[in-house]
Amino acid sequence: MELSRFPAYLAGRLVKAAVVVLAIVVCNFFLIHAAPGDPASIIAGQSGSADARFLEQLRAQFGLDQPLYMQLWLYLKGVLTLDLGFSHRQQASVAALLWDRLPATLLLTGAAFLFAIAIGVTMGALAARRVGTWSDSVITVLALTFYATPLFWVGLMLVLLFSVTLEWLPSFGMMSVGVELSRIGRVLDIGKHLLLPALTLGLFYVAVYARLTRATMLEVADQDFVKTARAKGVPEGRILRRHVLRNAMLPVITFAGIQAGQLIGGSILVETVFAWPGIGRLAFEALLARDYQVLMGVFFCTSVMVVLFNLITDLLYAVVDPRVEVS
Amino acid sequence: MTRLLTVENLSVALPRGADRPHAVEEVSLHLDAGEILCVVGESGSGKSITANTVMGLLPKGLPVTSGRITFEGEDLLGLSAEALRSRRGRRMAMVFQEPMTALNPLMKVGDQIAEALSVHGKGAEARARVPELLAAVNLPDPAAIARMHPFRLSGGQRQRVMIAMALALEPALLIADEPTTALDVTTQAQILRMMREIQQRRGMGVMFITHDFGVVAEIADRVAVMQRGRIVEQGTAREVLDAPQHPYTRALISAVPHGRTLDRAAARPAPVLQMKGVTKTYQRGGWFGARAVVRAVHDADFTLNKGETLGLVGESGSGKSTLARCVVRLVEPEQGEILFHGNDLRPLSRQGWLPYRKRIQMVFQDPYASLNPRRKVGDAITEGPITHGVGRDEARQRALELLRLVKLEPSAMERYPHEFSGGQRQRIGLARALAMQPELLIADEPVSALDVSVQAQVLDLLAEIRQRLGLTMLFITHDLRVAAQICDRIAVMQRGAIVELGPTAEVFGAPKHPYTRSLLDSIPGRGWTPPELAETA
Repeated sequence: MELSRFPAYLAGRLVKAAVVVLAIVVCNFFLIHAAPGDPASIIAGQSGSADARFLEQLRAQFGLDQPLYMQLWLYLKGVLTLDLGFSHRQQASVAALLWDRLPATLLLTGAAFLFAIAIGVTMGALAARRVGTWSDSVITVLALTFYATPLFWVGLMLVLLFSVTLEWLPSFGMMSVGVELSRIGRVLDIGKHLLLPALTLGLFYVAVYARLTRATMLEVADQDFVKTARAKGVPEGRILRRHVLRNAMLPVITFAGIQAGQLIGGSILVETVFAWPGIGRLAFEALLARDYQVLMGVFFCTSVMVVLFNLITDLLYAVVDPRVEVS
Repeated sequence: MTRLLTVENLSVALPRGADRPHAVEEVSLHLDAGEILCVVGESGSGKSITANTVMGLLPKGLPVTSGRITFEGEDLLGLSAEALRSRRGRRMAMVFQEPMTALNPLMKVGDQIAEALSVHGKGAEARARVPELLAAVNLPDPAAIARMHPFRLSGGQRQRVMIAMALALEPALLIADEPTTALDVTTQAQILRMMREIQQRRGMGVMFITHDFGVVAEIADRVAVMQRGRIVEQGTAREVLDAPQHPYTRALISAVPHGRTLDRAAARPAPVLQMKGVTKTYQRGGWFGARAVVRAVHDADFTLNKGETLGLVGESGSGKSTLARCVVRLVEPEQGEILFHGNDLRPLSRQGWLPYRKRIQMVFQDPYASLNPRRKVGDAITEGPITHGVGRDEARQRALELLRLVKLEPSAMERYPHEFSGGQRQRIGLARALAMQPELLIADEPVSALDVSVQAQVLDLLAEIRQRLGLTMLFITHDLRVAAQICDRIAVMQRGAIVELGPTAEVFGAPKHPYTRSLLDSIPGRGWTPPELAETA
């Protein structure tokens, strides 16, 4: 893509992304309100007094007595100013809760994402290069095993092996509590805590990337331009890197974009298994407690992430593949 | 003359289970510096395998079983993979058939040429040499082209880039594997001229692989004819073209469309189809981007009379297929009248169209893609009539007659398309179209994907059927020789418009429009008239 057209392209995409996010917010609002159960009665129940007047008072306080469209309008107005409401259960603003938990989730998913891409693509490239040999078979079997095993089971088994039996790695949490550590020590400590959950979350995608990379590389290797490269005397290693792998990366990028969005949703399970203090666990707790405001906040946050990652994928694609026309 | 390349008794095995044990068998040929050797044959004759063996580019499944290849005094088959690699691109280079896929889509063309230099240790020269090379293959503004990605270039331009890349290290041997087959006729003429010129200037030896005797006549010094993996005839171009000895060569040459026009009485004006002011434009973009508008068809009026064959001739992108597709509503034009026996088809609803569907039928270009691979041939032929209310038994009876008409066995009814060759499939496609008993047959490049001898059979069949059934035909082709052979009148299309329309003899004999003239001048081997050959030698 020509650089001069990039700003206009970016602006156009941002406008589209904003429209999508807005639509998602509206959908979320109606979905939540379509679910049975009244938050006011739950709060009332938890505070121990459930008489009608107290309920009425609560409803008025949260705007639940207003017509639905007014509630939507108030919520949208709030979202635009990044005011996502107040969680009465946690006695904190939803935005602050999310802001508190977001770094942990981003750290976990980011690590899992990079791990999956790096290992998956390497495995796929190796398998494609040695197609039909025993190393290809080993990689294929490994990938399929990862692919077929449920996430939480992998997580539990890893905990059993590395935390319980070997006692190498901690089994839950994000950092050791109650110990004084230097800055570097703290980083190492978090790294140790991160290893198992990131591995658990990433393994499934390692399999997907390995399969995808292998298949596309084999497909690309049959194409005419690879033969052209061979005919001009390019050495095999360079053909693989510069001609085959680069072209095979296009579908991988597409999939990485989808995965990046899914990771945050998928992390709910892993965060719960490893007691990782991220958005996923927040969502899980909010769900159990019918904490509507927090749930809507989590939905909003994850949908923004998905849209953002899609946008990044598209931009990356436009940079990597010159054929993507800016129009 | 120095002997550049000698191939002696070369045999390459095919994998077990192929239709013959060897891809090439006992092939011997030689090439001198400064000479162009054309290797001619139909698809599957082993000509590409021979070329790839020389380059050391054979796929793993095809081992060389015997023979010797000597290039510049060295035995190529005895060289290590690395030694062979260092000669590829430097001493011997290759250009392929498909310019659209032969370049890496993600690399700038300048970088791809520079890569050829740098892998042979000449990377430092790349900056200066790349524009020089692009200029040498007559590309305008070489510096700008070098910075472009392949998708911005046309097929002809890409093939020039391929040639520039092949010439980068001034190889002694250039192997060109059907380098102009995928190109339009005018582009082909330019590329052939350029290759000849560069070859003469540099004294290169060129091994030129083709299936087209016109191209052979244009460019060859010597010719080797291959059939089923063997060389059946070898000699100077004059000998082979004008006095072929081997029956196969004779058959091939007599199958070349001769371009002599038919002398037929003009059809009486009884219009079957009239196109008036049909316009089709394609648009792209919208919302945030700039709009791009392409006028695919405009100013393309013609009348097709009963029993007549009108040829729509033009290069790719000229709108000939779009125009034909408008008639059967595979494309919906936004303006104009399509009068079939005086009734305008364009405004009709889907329902209103139904009665016309069976009266207008189409035969497509690609015999491999146009038949459903999961349906038996008999079902494919009878499906149309049955949906239009013909009884099952009657439809099968008719299908059997049609198979006989297109010279296929009745047993073909129960077989699947993949069991047939390209030419046979095209005949099935024809039978399928005829099963509807159409008044108007639209043939969209029906012989373009076929080998020359098969092409001649299908053309003869079309002529015969047309005569027998009194069909009216719209025949679309890019091949002027084919058009001359089968059409009563010719319409020449350029950029969506018909620029010349007239009786075939007139259009070919005294072309009025400059574009028609340039098309005719571009026919390869126009100076060569295929000799009249008796059936057997």
